Amino acid sequence: MAHRIEVGIKGAAGLQRDAANLGITGVESIHVVDVYRLEGSLSDSDLDRIGRDLLADPITQSYVCNRSLVADEPGLHVVEVAYNPGVMDPVEQSTMKGIADLGIRTVTAVRTAKKYLVRGSLSRQELGMICDRLLANPVVQHIVGEGGEPAAPGSRFAFEPVTVDLLEASDEELMFTSARGQLSLNLEETQAIQSYFRQIGRNPTDVELEVIAQTWSEHCVHKTFKGLIDYDGTVIDNLLKATVMRVTRELNKSWCVSVFVDNAGVIEFDDDYDVCFKVETHNRPSALNPEGGAATGIGGVIRDPLGTGLGAQPMWNTDVFCVGPLELPHEELPAGVLHPKRILVGIHAGVRDYGNPMGLPTVNGAILVDKRYLGNPLVFCGNGGLIPKGKSRKGRVKPGDLVALVGGRTGRDGIHGATFSSAELDEKSQQVSGSAVQIGNPIQEKRVLDAQLQARDKGLYRAVTDYGAGGISCAVGEMGEHCGATVHLERVPLKYAGLSPREIAISESQERMGFGVPKETVAAFLDTFRREDVEATIIGEFTSTGRFRIEYQGQVVADLDMDFLFDGIPQLVRKAHWESPTFPEPDFPEPEDLGPALHAILRSWNVCSKEHFVRQYDHEVRGGSVLKPLVGTENDGPGDAAIVRLRLGSNKGVIIACGLNPKYGCIDPYWMAASAIDEALRQVVAVGGNLERVALLDNFCWGNTSKPDRLAGLVRASLACYDIAKVYETPFISGKDSLNNEFTYAGETIAIPGTLLISALAVMEDVTKAVSMDAKEAGNQIYVVGETFDELGGSHYYDLKSFVGNKVPKVAPAKGKALMERLSRATAQGLVRACHDLSEGGLGVAAAEMAFAGGLGLRLWLDQVPLGEPVSRGDAILFSESNTRFLVEVAPEHCEAFEKTLEGLPAARIGELTAEPAFEVFGAGRREGERVVSTDIYDLKASWQAPFKDW
Amino acid sequence: MANVRTIVLRAAGINCDDETKYAFELAGSAAEKVHINQLVRGELRLGDYQILALPGGFSYGDDIASGRLLANELKNKLGDQLAGFVQQGGLVIGICNGFQVLVKAGLLPALSEEESQQVTLTYNESGKFEDRWVYLRVPPAGKCVFLTGVERLYLPVAHGEGRFVPGEVGVLSRLWQNGQMVLQYANPAGEIDGYPWNPNGSTDSIAGICDPTGRVFGLMPHPERFLHYTNHPRWTREKLPLEGDGLRIFRNAVDYARNL
Repeated sequence: MAHRIEVGIKGAAGLQRDAANLGITGVESIHVVDVYRLEGSLSDSDLDRIGRDLLADPITQSYVCNRSLVADEPGLHVVEVAYNPGVMDPVEQSTMKGIADLGIRTVTAVRTAKKYLVRGSLSRQELGMICDRLLANPVVQHIVGEGGEPAAPGSRFAFEPVTVDLLEASDEELMFTSARGQLSLNLEETQAIQSYFRQIGRNPTDVELEVIAQTWSEHCVHKTFKGLIDYDGTVIDNLLKATVMRVTRELNKSWCVSVFVDNAGVIEFDDDYDVCFKVETHNRPSALNPEGGAATGIGGVIRDPLGTGLGAQPMWNTDVFCVGPLELPHEELPAGVLHPKRILVGIHAGVRDYGNPMGLPTVNGAILVDKRYLGNPLVFCGNGGLIPKGKSRKGRVKPGDLVALVGGRTGRDGIHGATFSSAELDEKSQQVSGSAVQIGNPIQEKRVLDAQLQARDKGLYRAVTDYGAGGISCAVGEMGEHCGATVHLERVPLKYAGLSPREIAISESQERMGFGVPKETVAAFLDTFRREDVEATIIGEFTSTGRFRIEYQGQVVADLDMDFLFDGIPQLVRKAHWESPTFPEPDFPEPEDLGPALHAILRSWNVCSKEHFVRQYDHEVRGGSVLKPLVGTENDGPGDAAIVRLRLGSNKGVIIACGLNPKYGCIDPYWMAASAIDEALRQVVAVGGNLERVALLDNFCWGNTSKPDRLAGLVRASLACYDIAKVYETPFISGKDSLNNEFTYAGETIAIPGTLLISALAVMEDVTKAVSMDAKEAGNQIYVVGETFDELGGSHYYDLKSFVGNKVPKVAPAKGKALMERLSRATAQGLVRACHDLSEGGLGVAAAEMAFAGGLGLRLWLDQVPLGEPVSRGDAILFSESNTRFLVEVAPEHCEAFEKTLEGLPAARIGELTAEPAFEVFGAGRREGERVVSTDIYDLKASWQAPFKDW
Repeated sequence: MANVRTIVLRAAGINCDDETKYAFELAGSAAEKVHINQLVRGELRLGDYQILALPGGFSYGDDIASGRLLANELKNKLGDQLAGFVQQGGLVIGICNGFQVLVKAGLLPALSEEESQQVTLTYNESGKFEDRWVYLRVPPAGKCVFLTGVERLYLPVAHGEGRFVPGEVGVLSRLWQNGQMVLQYANPAGEIDGYPWNPNGSTDSIAGICDPTGRVFGLMPHPERFLHYTNHPRWTREKLPLEGDGLRIFRNAVDYARNL
């Protein structure tokens, strides 16, 4: 028997605004009613109690049982949206608990829905558009038909073994098998699988094919990076080893504890702890279901530190979003693509609504806008954690240990995430790949985290990993790679009946961790989780057979050699060809007044204030916040990097920074990568850090690398990673790539710009020595440290004029290192009052930000700026984006000492801070001494804050 | 002097437990993180402690409404024990989610004997979760033992459901009369003001209230996030004392409990 309670009513002004953005002006209001459908037999009084004592707030809400909260009226359109079968709303589980806590035991299931009350005169078509674009995402939700019931979850499953006829298959049939099963295997790989099974004389089962496809997916093995690449005649065997990993090997830093072998990279923190860091992408799920995709992105990356060594305590989150043009007219939106604004709002909500409940501060990030991200938005999520020394290295199970599955239940969600994330999107992706999309349950993950760390400290398990991409099929295989494992799929707790063994094996349901548990401690292990209401189940054992065996109800559904599974993948062979593009060289006279350009750059999406997003993240939970993302007199200036205390009683901390600039990549991905590294390191130094213990992470997001030009870009970026990081002596400790980010629409393919995110983790001995970017005191002197070149290629200034240019910012790492080391010394000596790194928008933007964040005026003389080559134009000096430059505030009494510390390096006093709010820049070259910018800091700040103000 | 023992209550989704425990330790108390299941199972008893802290977080995901599920659990499974704890002079502090729990369990403001909810903390007027620092003032007539000697505070809030709304007519004036309105949002000059100084649209800019005894205290701001001067958002530009404002609240509690 089904009952229904409606609770309301909340306003939804945001939705009304969004409807207006769609061009639908007839909406007068939108309100929301929460709907709870309860299964089971309930007395009227129990039903009423559930409404009164659990579901409705007695002060602000009303509720009704088994009828509608609002009566029909003309002009009222009611739309009820429910989750699709198999998509579990965490609220359902919580409601079940709440009902049980009331002492009511007869409710067997709860389903939630939202009822939208849309008032206004709307055509049927307009209402349909509101439903499709704003209220329901068909990937996870549906509109409940009039008087209808939400669709019910799956039915019983009757097992029958399935084998796939591979032995006699032609090449064509092999490829058909791969495509039909969404396996994303190429011909060489299917041939290798065929020859393996020919050797053992039988056909594979469906489960075996899946296990191999998951284990061999680009997502899991990075086959492009590990492939054989012919780069214009130079053969590179394993790009990863030849570049990024080579830096680390050659630098051989003693403080690198565990690099490139675990879910996150680990370095030494202090005498008792190590610190780890990982950044992942969750691009394709976020393109289809922004909230769910980004939430499970952050949820997944939090499980990386949890699954590193014997498990780290997660400490902080980071995020970087790249999206299409936010002001794109709706009629220009390709079919199958969500509007960039909806994507940005959704992915931000996803990270917020997972990260905040997890109790992890989101401390650092960026938002970038470019039209080539339209079909493929990028969502980078990072997490860092603290591990006790001695527990940082990957655990190793022994034969006889048990396989434990802990946390969330397994459902159909996330099936084919690993293989799907390795394929290109097109307009139909929304329909066919729906099962790859998951929604997150942060509290489930928080429960697992809390209990896992107790089990870790009691020494109750030998190894841990997360059930991420590829699910059980990947995680258990990986843990047992060196010995063997057997899994019994019927023991896996399911969300609902009806899953086939194939689905159970590869499901990527969230919030699950896998453990290798010695028999002696298994009782204590299971008890530790049960005491905190976390489901923990033994689903198999590790063996000494060297085989990965999967059984279902006593029947063998997979039996593979670990050697074949992990070493049988044929090396990919690819060609890469690079041709330097040439863009028209910009040709326009230098404007008399550079003020309008400065204001315009401050208003650009990439540069403008992200306060709207940052405020909605809890960036201070855990109490370790030292340098916040928002700084300055009004707590709203753009901090360069975050500083976090990891142990509340200690002054030691970490600096977290990031660098990326895909605009430079159009000219040369080599210098893009070099610039990204330089930028991340600049931020570390700007806040008072130094280069002594900085670890880097690389996250490559690229187009289809089977195309030689795209692959060549990837090669060039990787080469720069080696060249630059080697000289800066900053090893890479972990990384990830996401390839094939291309979208095909109406026969045209849009590739994302090759995008490399560099994240930096630096250990800071004494966080009380930190420096923020906001100007501090009138009368203090302003220095530029570092050389300015005529490097406007890919700059924001050229972008204003619709040019790309060719003179991309380069990096001279040996000079850069000397400069950064000396600046760090000056900061450590207490000579620096404020420091801001120069990046997008160059000197002009950095100076404006420093001034308005500190509430002080500034006078600058461009003819004083140290140049690395003759630069004849003031606009080039003001807006060049040359690397390794800083703006530094020094008190008059420290100027001499500061200049002495930087002696012999390009550094010069170029201005001073004033109490009056004027922002004035005096020209160079032909216009030396003339005022080229004359504005005030409040106007500059207003421009900078304008774009996201009304979101 | 007696040792003060504090329970920092954990439950699924509580996430400010580590820093709250640290705050009580700094203030001189022994502090233990205790899962609610341990109390429900009877492994530990509230009576063996002097202070109960309900930290911030998203208990049970704040599903249905913030704090609702944990409030019901406390009321239904530990109601008598908790009432006894308060009666015998124990101190209770609910921070952010903990405040929401106390309010929804009827333990705050506890105007009448029966445990019904008399006020609520609901969605911010801005419609958004926000993390921002707020200026706070302590009205002179307040009777909260956690705020002895405190007039002004600067602390961060981080919540989406913090708007204080009184229920029936008369509740508001009774709370004022009783000295239970003990913490208000203010502007930097210490005056009552609008958004963003009042970050959530609370009636009378209320940020914290106490029960009629003054020993049960709930507040939306996070005192445990400002224990050290480097937590302050402008510590790199302002001269500040070594200890953060938030520590005063924990010291007051521990000092009071020590003299019980």
